[in-house]
Amino acid sequence: MADVVVGRDKCGEQRLVSLPLSRIRVIMKSSPEVSSINQEALVLTAKATELFVQYLATYSYRHGSGKEKKALTYNDLSNTAEESETFQFLADILPKKILASKYLKMLKEKREDEEEENDDSDESDDDEAES
Amino acid sequence: MAERPEDLNLPNAVITRIIKEALPDGVNISKEARSAISRAASVFVLYATSCANNFAMKGKRKTLNASDVLSAMEEMEFQRFITPLKEALEAYRREQKGKKEASEQKKKDKDKKTDSEEPDKSRDEDNDEDEERLEEEEQNEEEEVDN
Repeated sequence: MADVVVGRDKCGEQRLVSLPLSRIRVIMKSSPEVSSINQEALVLTAKATELFVQYLATYSYRHGSGKEKKALTYNDLSNTAEESETFQFLADILPKKILASKYLKMLKEKREDEEEENDDSDESDDDEAES
Repeated sequence: MAERPEDLNLPNAVITRIIKEALPDGVNISKEARSAISRAASVFVLYATSCANNFAMKGKRKTLNASDVLSAMEEMEFQRFITPLKEALEAYRREQKGKKEASEQKKKDKDKKTDSEEPDKSRDEDNDEDEERLEEEEQNEEEEVDN
């Protein structure tokens, strides 16, 4: 299988990092406050990203629901982001999936709440006007 | 920066390979899960860069260095990465030193050629070619970004 060859260069030696350094640099530089990055910091960030991908995948698989089915799903990942302190920073980009019907219900409830609040404030306005 | 949003994505093939290598054999990874991990990895790079940059600023330095990245890992509660990262850094430094010595050796070899040194020399050349190809790739990327 091709997978055996990957992670090594053509000489058959183990490569230090398999993610493309040029792409990692572009992402790092997209941060406006960063002016320059030395090569060692770039290599370390690329390596750290690999470790992160491994850790996120194994953590979500071990704590996930698909262990019996031998599967890793989106829900396993969004659960990790929600429940683990370390992976909390991913919560915004890995939101929990909910049914559209449930969302519409939530939206409706929210709107009703707001209307009630508006009614309350109207009343208090009236009170102020009277006094 | 004028980069396109897709420039901030990491290559899916490489990400998938890393996930597969980390999980037990035969685990099915849904397409949605793959792209979610890929996005998470990009966010991780940004988060780590921003943390590392804070350490560089505290040290009144403009260039991010290896110790800034290691400090960032600690701050982000990824202490478990520090030992493997230090090992990778050592390996990287050895590799760089090896390359430098190899190119110096090559110069010497040109002056006096002997049969016994021949196989070593051909290996050095292979490494250099790889390096050149890598540099070329990076240059191309930068051109893309400018456009």
